[in-house]
Order: sequence, then C-alpha cells, then structure tokens
Amino acid sequence: MCGVCGCGNAEAPGEHEHVLADGTVVKHAHDSVEQPHEHVHVMADGSRVTHAHGPSEAHGRDEGSARARRIKVEQDILSKNDGQARINRARFEKHDAFVVNLMSSPGSGKTTLLVKTLEALKGERPLAVIEGDQETTLDADRIRATGVQAFQVNTGKGCHLDATMVDRALERLPMPDRGVLFIENVGNLVCPAGFDLGESKKVVVISVTEGEDKPLKYPDMFAVADLVLVNKIDLLPHLDFDVAKLEGFVARVRPGVRVLKVSARSGEGFGAWLEWLKAKGLPAA
Amino acid sequence: MHEVALAQGIIDLVADRSKVDGFTKVSTVHLVIGALSTVMPEALVFGFEAAALGTVAEGAKLEIHEVEGEAYCTDCERRFSTRSRLAVCPACQGARCMVTGGDELRVSELEVE
Repeated sequence: MCGVCGCGNAEAPGEHEHVLADGTVVKHAHDSVEQPHEHVHVMADGSRVTHAHGPSEAHGRDEGSARARRIKVEQDILSKNDGQARINRARFEKHDAFVVNLMSSPGSGKTTLLVKTLEALKGERPLAVIEGDQETTLDADRIRATGVQAFQVNTGKGCHLDATMVDRALERLPMPDRGVLFIENVGNLVCPAGFDLGESKKVVVISVTEGEDKPLKYPDMFAVADLVLVNKIDLLPHLDFDVAKLEGFVARVRPGVRVLKVSARSGEGFGAWLEWLKAKGLPAA
Repeated sequence: MHEVALAQGIIDLVADRSKVDGFTKVSTVHLVIGALSTVMPEALVFGFEAAALGTVAEGAKLEIHEVEGEAYCTDCERRFSTRSRLAVCPACQGARCMVTGGDELRVSELEVE
C-alpha cells in the first residue's frame, strides 16, 4: 500500500495512473520507496488543493503529531444499509414473501398501477404495501381504499427509502406470509437506485408522457431494473412517443431486461405484468 | 441529494471504527469512489461537513480517490475503461457494452489521532 497516494501498487512497482476527483489523470510510479507525485485534495468547502509530497512523506506526518496514524478500513459506505437490507431479505424469505420495489419519477402513475395490481391479486394471497413520500399519507390512503394494508413512510427531506425505513415500517405492518409486499419508493429517478431495501425485484416505471430518452438521462436507475414497465400506453395515440426507441435506450443501459407496456387506467397489458410477477417468484396462491 | 445519506454512512462507519481502534479524532477520511457510482463528490463533501459536526470526524478532510469505470463489449469481447454507463466500445464502436466495474463507494483509510 502506498502511503502517499493510497493506491495498492507498492508491491507492484512501475508506472500507473490515478484519476483524481476532478477528472485529471496523474501518472507516477512506486519503486522500492514511495515516489513523490502531485495530487489533489477536495477540501471541506469543496475547493481543490493540488500539491506534492517528497518520497515516503504522507499525510498525517505533515502535522508532526506523534499519535497520528493511518488505519486501513476498506469498508463500503453503504455497508450499514446493505447489512439491514440483508436482514430484511432474510425475513422476507423466511415468510416466503415476494417483495417488489417500485421506482420511477413523480407522476408516472405508480400508485394507480399499484391499486390496479392489488385489485387483480386481492383475495388470491396476502398483500401489503409500504408507501414512501416526502410528505402526506395520500398514497397510503388510496391503497387502503382497496382494502389492502398500507403503511406510509414520510421521508421528510429524504429523497429515497433506505433499508432501515423499511425495517421500521415492518414493525407496523403485518408480514404478508406467502404473499406480496409492494414498496412504492419516493418518486425520484436518481437517488433510490443506490439503496438496497432487501427486495426480491426492482421494477422501474416510466410513463409515455415522460419522453423516450429517460434511460439515457438517468442510466443509474435503469441499470438496476429487473423489469421496466412502460405505463399510460392508452395515451400513445395522442403523443409522439416512440416505444421502440425507448426499448433501444433501455437495452443500452440494461441489456436483456424485459420491457412491458401497460396502462393502469385501461388495464391493457396487465396480463403480461401479472404473469411476470408469478414467473419471478410470486408464491403460489 | 442522497449524498447526505451517504455522508451519514461515512460518519457512522467512522464512529464504529473509533470504538474498535480507539481514536478520538480523524484528520482525513480516504474514499474510493467509482466514476460510475451514484455520487457527486462536491455534494458528498458538503454533506460530510454538516454530518460530521459534533462527531469524531468533525473538521476532517475528505480525500476522494476516483477510479475509472470498466466495461465489456459483448460484440468484440474487449474490456475497456469508461466514465459513462452509455459507453461505446472504443475498438469496434459497438453500443452493446456491459458495465463490469466502477461503482465503488468505500472508505479505504482513515488518518487518525
């Protein structure tokens, strides 16, 4: 481990490169001793400082503190969330519950789609819903109107659900044994992509009023999708939306992922969506 | 701004390590962030500064080591580095490329007292 740049190439000397936070590339080599090289620090105020150290002179020694030391950590920043997600997943599996994390931008029709899906599955098997929104219980109220139990998580300033929020919601919501738990994430095509909730599958919804280029503009979200649902297809006759183009863009970001066209309003395409749920592990009724 | 949540993740991780490794102050937190991770470094630095207040990491510097993304071209079977999830193969210009790395998001080292 190089004490100067933090890279692991001290054992393998020779020239190599680092890409710094601002995109610049620094090439340098470690021979038997650490070589000086110029590098960049991002300071707490966001400003960048570029400087160099002499051989074997690393940070921490700059301050001359005898107690200063370096600790190797190599731990994922999301490890706490991922740990809780593993617990959630283990609980879901124990109860044989199939869990779908629904994600999309605001206004794609997730809640309407969910209401329609619950109506189709109701009576067949236990169902439950966790609703995520910054504020209000409007969505949970809409779900409860179908007779299905729902718990509303208000994230306040938060832009996504995390595994701990789901864990807390489960304290207030009976686990749907041998059934389905739908988690409607906060409407946001960016942040929810990075947080594992312990779900069985991630379903990304995009409506035809949003434009075909969304997968290219928000690739992180589409890159994690297990299924893409194209909603509001009843509106296609009134729009210039090109479904084939959207499918091509989805394939670029997530090759091989299934794309299904539905209308939560008319029910068109719902057969294929319900079939997908059953094929992917929805427990037999 | 999910970077605020990620910053909190760093603080929690540092707090846990402070108990294990017995330190009371952190001067620098070294992060490895992949070019294809969902993180904007500036937003993370901003979130970290706020989340660190009143913790062992208060006033600590974040040093971000960015690593390139990696992709694999399913047409010509080459591997290449990329900074985009929409990578096009530099060899055959094929667009059917799979991202195979570059979403790292980890604390690599701490400089502590």
